[in-house]
Amino acid sequence: MDKHPEVLLELNAVETWHGSLRALSDVSLTVPEGSITVILGNNGAGKSTLLNTILGVLEGQPKNGQISFQGTRIDRMATERIVRSGISYVPEGRRIFSELTVWENLKVGAYVQKDQLSTKKALERVCDFFPLLAERQSQAAGTLSGGEQQMLAIGRALMNGPRLLLLDEPSLGLAPILVRQVFDIISQIRDEGVTVLLVEQNARMALAVADEGLVLDSGELVVAGSASDLVDNAEVEELYMGAPSLPIK
Amino acid sequence: MLPQVLASGLSAGSIYALMALALVITYKTTEVPNFAQGDMAMVSAFIAYMFLTDFETGFIFAFGAALVFAFLLGVGFEVLLLRRMRKPTHLNLIIMTLGFTLALFGFAGWKWGADQRQFPFPVSANEVIRFGSVSISTLSVATILIAGILMLLVFAFFRFTKLGVAMQATQQDPIAARINGVPARAVVGLTFGISSVIGTVAALLTAPLITLDPTLMWDALLKGFAAAVLGGLNTPVGAVLGGYLLGVIENLFGAYISVEFKSVVAFLIIVIVLWFRPSGLFGRHHERKV
Repeated sequence: MDKHPEVLLELNAVETWHGSLRALSDVSLTVPEGSITVILGNNGAGKSTLLNTILGVLEGQPKNGQISFQGTRIDRMATERIVRSGISYVPEGRRIFSELTVWENLKVGAYVQKDQLSTKKALERVCDFFPLLAERQSQAAGTLSGGEQQMLAIGRALMNGPRLLLLDEPSLGLAPILVRQVFDIISQIRDEGVTVLLVEQNARMALAVADEGLVLDSGELVVAGSASDLVDNAEVEELYMGAPSLPIK
Repeated sequence: MLPQVLASGLSAGSIYALMALALVITYKTTEVPNFAQGDMAMVSAFIAYMFLTDFETGFIFAFGAALVFAFLLGVGFEVLLLRRMRKPTHLNLIIMTLGFTLALFGFAGWKWGADQRQFPFPVSANEVIRFGSVSISTLSVATILIAGILMLLVFAFFRFTKLGVAMQATQQDPIAARINGVPARAVVGLTFGISSVIGTVAALLTAPLITLDPTLMWDALLKGFAAAVLGGLNTPVGAVLGGYLLGVIENLFGAYISVEFKSVVAFLIIVIVLWFRPSGLFGRHHERKV
């Protein structure tokens, strides 16, 4: 699309295996800079695997194919280096450090920041997004509510000043009002210039904020297009938006 | 008599506290106690001894060399032995630490023999200072001070430095640490290095008190383990408090009940704590994400 001409992330024929099981086959996609791209699909379709593959968390994966970020190959790079190059990740289940304080969690998120000043700037920005985290900074993260933990997980991911933010099911387990809030924040993050790649089961909500949409089915990319096209796509509608709650195979 | 008992308890407790802290730091990472920790410290103390007697270097150089050796031994143990295990269970890991301790013990026996050697040290266990009614050896004073300062430094490191906080994060969830850009593998290796250095400081303070031989740290390891169980295996501060508490309880027991059964106290404590408060006096029960 001409609104977002630059490609930030590109996957080319990516193939990932879980042991003897092929979890992703021949996945090629592009994520335009400054967009929100949502990946839809049922449980087990390979959505989380896709994010984990991009971040290099899975040992020896992808088995085949290339991943480039800002024109540089990142498949085969160590996760730490990929994060350092500007990709942040909010994992499924948030995985905050529950025994550490809110501030310490954010400090870990800023691990790749080179100096105190950029850490301080990132912190100010995160506190603008989430004033609540500033209030609770010396509280143990494990004592936060589910919604607050999700805010912390997103805040932590923003601490390294990423260009691309990967989010795995940020709405999972949250009350509807909080879901709306999380998606508002995701739009704001995009408006500040961070590209977002989002995995969601809450298709209706996700497509409402997204620019681009992709559908994964059994590890294969079956539909790709603009978010508005996907909303109108009858097949997608039937598969992923039929029931207001989550369709599970 | 009581202040005297407390002073002795504090001195013994300093060693237990160091061993407990060293144990807990790696326990939080691997979820198994490192049974090789005592003998890693023993071998490092022998390195100091070798520099002092064979090469006749000064104390600072010899102790410095021992601590550097201890650090490398700790990192090497994790990188070359523990990390290479394929999907280890807890039992596998425990067996690896036991195997390593037997190897170190055998090596020390072969290299240095079973003789009890006088360990040269700047201060002595026989030189006594009096504080009012309390007499305390200069070695005990040094032990209390050095252990106290070292533990404060370790806690400050964990609390205030970026690397220290990242290390705690790695202990809780290595994958989450990695996706935040922490080089978790290197950090785990570093954890073992730091733990080994702490244990070696305990060994260097124990050797001048009880002479040096390959069984140097057996008692200290078991007491450190008891102290960690008492205070809480998941809390470094709790484990250290457990160490001091154990030292004091042990000496109170020796003074007022029975000297012969003094060393049984530690094991009674393990039994009682495991019955009534398995997470330790200061520990919180928490579920760990898999």
